Amino acid sequence: MPDAAIEFRAVSFARPGGAAVLDRFDLRVPPGEVLALVGRSGAGKTTLLKLVNRLLLPDAGAVFVEGRDTRDWAPIRLRRRVGYVLQEVGLFPHMTVEDNIGVVPRLEGWPRDRVAARVGELLELIGLEPRDFAARWPDELSGGQRQRVGVARALAVDPPVLLMDEPFGALDPLTRAELHAEFRRIQDRLRKTVIIVTHDMGEAFALGDRLGVIDEGKLAACDRPSAIVGSTHPAVRRLLDAVTRLP
Amino acid sequence: MMPLLSFWLSHRAELVTLFAQHVLLVALSTLVAAAVGVPLGIFAARRPRFGAPVVAIANIVQTVPSLAMFGFLLPVPLIGGVGARAAGFVLILYGLLPIIRTTIAGLNGIDPAIREAGVAMGMTPRELLWQVELPLALPSIVAGIRVAAVVGVGTATIAAAIGAGGLGEYIYRGLSMVDTTVILAGAIPAAILALVIDGALWWTERRLSARKTRRSRRATAASAAAVIAIVAAVLIGSGVITARSRGAIVVGSKNFTEQVILGELLAQTIERDTGLAVERRLNLGGTLICDRALAAGDIDVYVEYTGTALTAIFHQPINANANTVYATVRELYARSGRTVLPALGYDNTFAILVRGSDARALGLKTIEDAARQAPRWRAGFGYEFLERPDGYPGLAKAYGLQFRAPPSVMDLTLSYRALAGGQVDLIAGDATAGLIKGLDLFRLDDNRHYFPPYDAVPVARAATLLRYPQVRVALERLGGRISAGDMQAMNDAADARHEDVAQIVREFLRARLR
Repeated sequence: MPDAAIEFRAVSFARPGGAAVLDRFDLRVPPGEVLALVGRSGAGKTTLLKLVNRLLLPDAGAVFVEGRDTRDWAPIRLRRRVGYVLQEVGLFPHMTVEDNIGVVPRLEGWPRDRVAARVGELLELIGLEPRDFAARWPDELSGGQRQRVGVARALAVDPPVLLMDEPFGALDPLTRAELHAEFRRIQDRLRKTVIIVTHDMGEAFALGDRLGVIDEGKLAACDRPSAIVGSTHPAVRRLLDAVTRLP
Repeated sequence: MMPLLSFWLSHRAELVTLFAQHVLLVALSTLVAAAVGVPLGIFAARRPRFGAPVVAIANIVQTVPSLAMFGFLLPVPLIGGVGARAAGFVLILYGLLPIIRTTIAGLNGIDPAIREAGVAMGMTPRELLWQVELPLALPSIVAGIRVAAVVGVGTATIAAAIGAGGLGEYIYRGLSMVDTTVILAGAIPAAILALVIDGALWWTERRLSARKTRRSRRATAASAAAVIAIVAAVLIGSGVITARSRGAIVVGSKNFTEQVILGELLAQTIERDTGLAVERRLNLGGTLICDRALAAGDIDVYVEYTGTALTAIFHQPINANANTVYATVRELYARSGRTVLPALGYDNTFAILVRGSDARALGLKTIEDAARQAPRWRAGFGYEFLERPDGYPGLAKAYGLQFRAPPSVMDLTLSYRALAGGQVDLIAGDATAGLIKGLDLFRLDDNRHYFPPYDAVPVARAATLLRYPQVRVALERLGGRISAGDMQAMNDAADARHEDVAQIVREFLRARLR
């Protein structure tokens, strides 16, 4: 079996209050795959991502990134190899678009001209004209533009792994569809290992090479989209029915 | 307006010095408060369990009235005593709360998603603090520094009570002379200073929160820091220079007209007879402040009254014999390394005063006569008289005094005007006060001999007299040379005719002590 880029082995995690979120959870994501994880609100999707970049540590079991237990990673090194895109984006309001995208390269001590060149490259990658957008402030951007900048910032030092937490959740349907297509285009070029979590089955179908469904702390199903459609697992059926029942 | 301008013009050198002292005091104490308060605020925001007590303590400190704070610190070594150091310490304490509070508020106001984004991107706690948290909290922190600085300008005027200098000196001088022009001469520049500081920091705050590239924000912060540094350097430089030219002998005085005149009198006498440089720290708070200052060596000499020293400083029982009191006090001072010089020649006892018109209409001559009227009267006393063992409590007992309401507390000098204006009917003033004659007040006879003698005597540090024996010779020459009439005339010239104290003293010395 080829080395997984990300692997969960029998991971259990409970919230500080005691409620179990993940219960002996297993998952393998091979390099270059986009895995879309679907689950209801509160199913532990965000927790799962935070276990990957060591914002959280498992109570039992282990999470491996590039074959190494996250407990053995230096947290700062790990986080700079794992891009992270939040639903709220979290752009720094006191920095321009250019400075936001350049944060991690600067932390890594890149020389100034290399940072500038990389920022220009990324702005072009996400379809924002550098001359127009580099000097803008986050509050001068539309929701979709902000989300693109969030993706560019996460990709700045070319991390092999990308985590996306409901990245397009707050956008209107048209913008969202546009960004989905954009994302696939970028991913076809970059071939990152990506975990996207979402509560929207439709989005999961649009983005994922494989789909996973989280239910009661376990992976209820994890397969190609075509196989998921035919699943008989009750939790998977419920999510699928919610999509098809749309007017 | 004209008298104010001519006052500034004639006192311009002093005005510049006092203004510089004021700015230096506020600037340095605000800088230190920021240097201590911002880290404390960061710490408090990070660890609320330890932070809460820090904020609680800062809150309590803030509720202590500034004058009381100066009083608390008088006996504390190193940071206390009288002078700019103690004042700076108090200003720092007051500045801490707003700075700690706004630092916490600024940090807590940051959107958690932004902080999380920073952590998730692999920022170390230090990188997160310097690149994200502090820049976002900076406008709030500057707002706190602004509050601290503006409050500091006000508190620094009060610091003149403990001899820290600054514009408050004019305010106190004006209050003790009941001269509005002099009060305004200090109050107006202080108000302008507060407005300028407020405006400058408001501008900085605006610049920092406005959309500016990192570089220009950095430039704003850097230029603000540079301006502060230059101002501080210039002021410290000038402070060091003035400190070096500090007189060999420091003369103090309490904060009423007669004391200021006597302080000036000692100063001019020493200057004239010995040629030594003399520094004046006149208008220090009350008896206690002068006593502490003398004990601590912050001043070398001031004029005390034997009865006051006996009862208020040494807590001895009241004694009516002037020679016994003088001998007792001299002995007690000697034990703490201080020397009582020969008495100046007059007794400044408390004078129980009523309006001349009342005295004539009711045929009042003695305090005993007045005690019969007292139940229909109101009284107003300075706070010292109310508290002192030789003050109101004993007087009330000795004469069975009982007023319509408990006596009001008021500034000693203002009480003369309050009596003349009819707000109160009886006050305790100084026997030598110039205003007694000026306002047609009548002094009641202490026919039961309640008050001890209050012979005015210079009290000096023994060490100073040993080092400069010529100072002792000069001060001994003053012995017995000032009569009650002389003193009253000088007080009258200062209080009623608003003549310049230095000039009054110069003329007196020329006429009487040639």
